[in-house]
Amino acid sequence: MVDIPYEGIRGIPPAEVPDVELYHPRSWWTRYVFSQDAKVIAVQYSLTATAIGLVALVLSWLMRLQLGFPGTFSFIDANQYLQFITMHGMIMVIYLLTALFLGGFGNYLIPLMVGARDMVFPYVNMLSYWVYLLAVLVLASTFFVPGGPTGAGWTLYPPQAILSGTPGQDWGIILMMSSLILFIIGFTMGGLNYVVTVLQARTRGMTLMRLPLTVWGIFTATVMALLAFPALFVASVMLLLDRLLGTSFFMPSLVEMGTLSKYGGGSPLLFQHLFWFFGHPEVYIVALPAFGIVSDLISTHARKNIFGYRMMVWAIVAIGALSFIVWAHHMYVSGMFPQFGYFFATTTLIIAIPTAIKVYNWVLTLWRGDIHLTVPMLFALGFIITFVNGGLTGLFLGNVVVDVPLSDTMFVVAHFHMVMGVAPIMVVLGAIYHWYPKVTGRMLNETLGKFHFWVTFLGAYLIFFPMHYLGLLGVPRRYFELGDATFIPSSAHSLNAFISVVALTVGFSQMVFLFNLAWSLFKGEPSGGNPWRATTLEWQTPETPPGHGNWGKELPVVYRWAYDYSVPGAAEDFIPQNQPPRATQLAQGAAS
Amino acid sequence: MAVALILLLVAIGSVLFHIYSPWWWTPIATNWAYIDHTINITFWITGFVFVAVIAFMAYCVFRFHHKEGRRADYNPENKRLEWWLSVGTGVGVAAMLAPGLVVWHQFVTVPADATEVEVMGQQWQWSFRLPGKDGQLGTTDVRNIASDNPMGLNRDDQHAQDDVVIENGDLHLQVGKPVKVLLRSVDVLHDFYVPEFRAKMDMVPGMVTYFWITPIRTGTFDVLCAELCGAAHYQMRAKVIVDEEREYHAWLEQQKTFAELSPAKAVVKATYQPGGK
Repeated sequence: MVDIPYEGIRGIPPAEVPDVELYHPRSWWTRYVFSQDAKVIAVQYSLTATAIGLVALVLSWLMRLQLGFPGTFSFIDANQYLQFITMHGMIMVIYLLTALFLGGFGNYLIPLMVGARDMVFPYVNMLSYWVYLLAVLVLASTFFVPGGPTGAGWTLYPPQAILSGTPGQDWGIILMMSSLILFIIGFTMGGLNYVVTVLQARTRGMTLMRLPLTVWGIFTATVMALLAFPALFVASVMLLLDRLLGTSFFMPSLVEMGTLSKYGGGSPLLFQHLFWFFGHPEVYIVALPAFGIVSDLISTHARKNIFGYRMMVWAIVAIGALSFIVWAHHMYVSGMFPQFGYFFATTTLIIAIPTAIKVYNWVLTLWRGDIHLTVPMLFALGFIITFVNGGLTGLFLGNVVVDVPLSDTMFVVAHFHMVMGVAPIMVVLGAIYHWYPKVTGRMLNETLGKFHFWVTFLGAYLIFFPMHYLGLLGVPRRYFELGDATFIPSSAHSLNAFISVVALTVGFSQMVFLFNLAWSLFKGEPSGGNPWRATTLEWQTPETPPGHGNWGKELPVVYRWAYDYSVPGAAEDFIPQNQPPRATQLAQGAAS
Repeated sequence: MAVALILLLVAIGSVLFHIYSPWWWTPIATNWAYIDHTINITFWITGFVFVAVIAFMAYCVFRFHHKEGRRADYNPENKRLEWWLSVGTGVGVAAMLAPGLVVWHQFVTVPADATEVEVMGQQWQWSFRLPGKDGQLGTTDVRNIASDNPMGLNRDDQHAQDDVVIENGDLHLQVGKPVKVLLRSVDVLHDFYVPEFRAKMDMVPGMVTYFWITPIRTGTFDVLCAELCGAAHYQMRAKVIVDEEREYHAWLEQQKTFAELSPAKAVVKATYQPGGK
């Protein structure tokens, strides 16, 4: 056992962190709309992401109606089906999960958890949100343009993404690329803020190794996003040029609907490399904040320090670094040089090791804890199960030769939904139940919360676990109808119908959650400042919800790590990070 | 303790589903049983880890859930335990990776006696080409594609003349003979996918990709497209029929060569030009 907590008093930097001159909003508009306060921006990000996320949810219902009951719903045709899957995927990955974790949780939690008054560049932070909103509006507008949104799949692979055999070739694909470019511009402004704030604006005593894992997760994910998104940015620009100006970055000589096209000399694989150089880190851009947040949820609600904090930090950093050299595991059957398979299979499976360490440390944190089965804790447990499940199926797909039969089947769909759909959303939901009291000053209703958890968790598991076996059977993904295929038994169609029914149920249970959010805002039980009796700084603010500038007159001073739960001899089962050590311990610290 | 029980049931239910569900891979039709073995190894290892982690978690919830007066242990780190778990995980990963890489080596190493077959994808149909009597496929170019030359063969290429061209038909293969399947596309990405073969590979315009198989049983198999290729992706179908040697040759006799399919003028031109030089 290592005595981390009290090692620390000498670790306090000698100089005071200079307090910053805060801007001051002068009107309702600058306070609530064009606000530069990270907390308001966080709420704006979260509400916008949720709104567009609901569109993606409705799209998933339409897809499941078609898959479960093919031929029944005449208002869904093959083109629309492709448009639904494309928009659902893109919205969920980029516009919901990335925006919510980094723009939403990042903005709210980073300044509060590191003891800063705000982000270091509040004006740029505000711009980040408005550019993001513009990106969302451009994306949403594709539903209303001639030809509708693009149906190229969320991976947008050329040549088909910009050719006439794919729906949305007129306006959809152009606006999709424009929206992605805007999103990346907006994200970069926010992302630089998060990184600089974590590095420069931590309060006195908040060393890097005292940061809560939430901040480590969001910080590392942001650094990764700043490195990965440029690849998507250039890919988007190049594809836009191919579409609009007739360049041929990604376009070889080809026949378009029976006639020779004007393109020639480009490489479709180049796009795939650029896309996945972004796309694989993107998985961890969503996962790492979830890892961080869930660590804090488990620790707080099990009243026990996170097990192996240092290993947890290094695992986050190692996963972040490794995730930049595994991208081509999405391309094992793309036709790339086959000898690459050895390298990418090896790097991919090595990532399993730091990831497994994180899982072990979460469950070992539960060992001999004092586990309060609150709603956030239930969601954390749900996260562990779905993440372990989805992570383990990743070992199938990462192991190059095993991927060959499984790629492009429903196994892949089941895998990535489990690991980067369901699992991170479990964390998002748990985190909302956890931090809602800080944002609003009121608790969410617990009975509704437990109902919401069980329907969502068990339902999502029933949707995606059996789906793996459809893929194992060989059912391909992105199929409007399976049609006649001798290898697909009728029982597989029944399973599809079952999955659709469960999916609709889970979808509607989210309405209960939305109702809870709205109802508790006015009728929820007042929470007080620290309802979970947590140690981290955001729970120690003088006001709840925290006021402008977060900390009143004095910035907090940090004396210990973020996980002093159930410290032997302490009166309470938690010691906040800003609580000074007792005089005796101070003397010991000075003497040694 | 209901929560612990439900968590445990999720793990047990998953294992039971795995054993008893009727959905499993199709009966294999090629030499790639190695791939199935590797998947089975992966199922055993990951299944063990899955059950172990969830059972441990369920036990913790059962044993350590909050009761009046309980206080958690204070236990920041345990270097030994963390190292042992890391090493154990590394061994498990290696046990999956090593056979995977060995089989991948076989997968990308085409045997010398494999005969070539070409599959061409276009929106939204399959065409096939066999090398003909000379055993060599002629060269192609997208720019040659015309209504009388749907696969874009070079008329000037001697090797192309005897190539067997099958447009909108089914492909036949001979059981027991290794075959290198050359894949190309003239428009967008496609993927030649026969679930019973296990092998698959994308078809990329501007490139020729490949995989190899040895069919081990006769039968008729569905060909699907496994890479999204536009509006009628789901309708891009064909059949592969694996025959015994005699049936295979009987089928082959009936197929037309490129020269036979070409308009007479073009044939003359094709035979004249090389001779004239």
